[in-house]
Amino acid sequence: MKLTTEEKDMLEGKQGKAAQKAMEILETLGSIFGAERMIPVTSVQISGVSYANLGEAGLKFLTEMADGDGRARVLTTLNPAGMDVDNWQAMGISEEFAYNQKRVLDAFARMNVITTCSCTPYLFGVSPHYGEHIAWAESSAVCYANSVLGARTNREGGPSALAAALTGVTPAYGYHLAENRQPAVTVEVKGRMVENNDFGLLGRVIGEKLTVQGQKLTPYITGIEQASVEQLKSFCASIATYGGTAIFHMAGITPEAAQVSPPKQAITITQDDIDEANRLMNDAVSEEVDFVSLGCPHLSIKEIARIAELLKGKKVTKEFWITTARPTKQIADMMGYSQIIEESGAKFATDTCCVVSPIKGRFKALATDSAKACYYAYAKNKFKTMIKPFDEVVAEALK
Amino acid sequence: MKFQGRKIYRGRAEGEALVTSMRISFYGGVDPESGVIVEKGHELEGQSVSGKVLTFPTGKGSTVGSYTLYRLKMGGMAPLAIINAECETITAVGCIISEIPCVDKIPIEQLKTGMRVVVDGEQATVKVVD
Repeated sequence: MKLTTEEKDMLEGKQGKAAQKAMEILETLGSIFGAERMIPVTSVQISGVSYANLGEAGLKFLTEMADGDGRARVLTTLNPAGMDVDNWQAMGISEEFAYNQKRVLDAFARMNVITTCSCTPYLFGVSPHYGEHIAWAESSAVCYANSVLGARTNREGGPSALAAALTGVTPAYGYHLAENRQPAVTVEVKGRMVENNDFGLLGRVIGEKLTVQGQKLTPYITGIEQASVEQLKSFCASIATYGGTAIFHMAGITPEAAQVSPPKQAITITQDDIDEANRLMNDAVSEEVDFVSLGCPHLSIKEIARIAELLKGKKVTKEFWITTARPTKQIADMMGYSQIIEESGAKFATDTCCVVSPIKGRFKALATDSAKACYYAYAKNKFKTMIKPFDEVVAEALK
Repeated sequence: MKFQGRKIYRGRAEGEALVTSMRISFYGGVDPESGVIVEKGHELEGQSVSGKVLTFPTGKGSTVGSYTLYRLKMGGMAPLAIINAECETITAVGCIISEIPCVDKIPIEQLKTGMRVVVDGEQATVKVVD
């Protein structure tokens, strides 16, 4: 790999121990994946934030990097943590877990990382422009950035994203290069796409069809007439979860779709396929549901406003988590939405979500509008699941 | 027997090889305290990677697995070195942050459990000494 003088300095330890370790990681990954050089990134999003995933060893590594003068050189934010940083007690989090989770955030803060913990940085100002190189880790955000925004990122892991933050660069391979962003299969959608959960179901159906003989194919999707930010974030989370997809093109919707040619190899997705996915994710009935959650990925302010409208003057009968980013919650506070929602008995679980929070064994069945949330509820926490349109999920909490 | 591979992480180690033809997931597949492989149905299920020259084709699973290697190292239970056919991100990053010598692009099918091997990360070589 060709390194600049500054990159070589970092590798030789002239800019501190943390920068050296970070450059060692990037240089090795670059050589494994055949990168010729590093490219500067404009933002970084780091995963591996929940203490439940990091453990004491992960925390020790972060502390060592902070002690070794590790400082973020570009705008860097975090993925969701294991708890609401302010309101963890209401979520039933133990004091020990809260103490350790705060140590993790302190280590990141010492490295000048902005400690907003969210899977949707693009909803609160970390919104890269078309063609910008970034190093993001959260799989749904990677898919959104590559596909919807036309920015360029690989699917980073926790340490490789941190390494990009501490050096300001990433090796130029994978989705940073135009030739690796080309579609390999056309996907014709012939289903009714109206609600967030329709897009989540579609993400699962397409995601599960994209791995052919161990190869992941980048899809060129046709037949979608319109899609909102909320629907696209739901779709990205789902296709990334079920298909490991880091990029797709959607005719008439995503910016690079007009610049690539639809592949000849084509598959069709019918309403029957979507109905089947819906059946698979609906093994719970209303009487069993004891946990309701909206905000996978984190809610936009528009979605929170809608929840407030639906909950105004009513009382929820089930544990109901509203998961979002802290900056979005602050807008909700300002607009009075938070008060309406909290008066109903629903809880904000800011900075976290039902995927990363340690809730195994606490509930039997989850109602949500998110196909990704269903996957983790089932695979990680062994809950039954119910997937419904957004408004009907709120209604479920009131039943 | 001596093989020339590719350097993943520097350092030199000599020890007994523990070889599998199956991929390894460090997160969930290896107990981070004892180093015992716990993945159901794995060829090495029940055996410890601790103090061995762990030899496997490539890694798999969650990227959090890099931290599992780090935890093993901190607890003194890490493998002495790692040999891969084709290294990937999780194992590479795990070796770098834990400072475990690692070499890949080695014909691992020629190595057998119990062989005494010397791994030289800097020279990217693997030598069988008996």
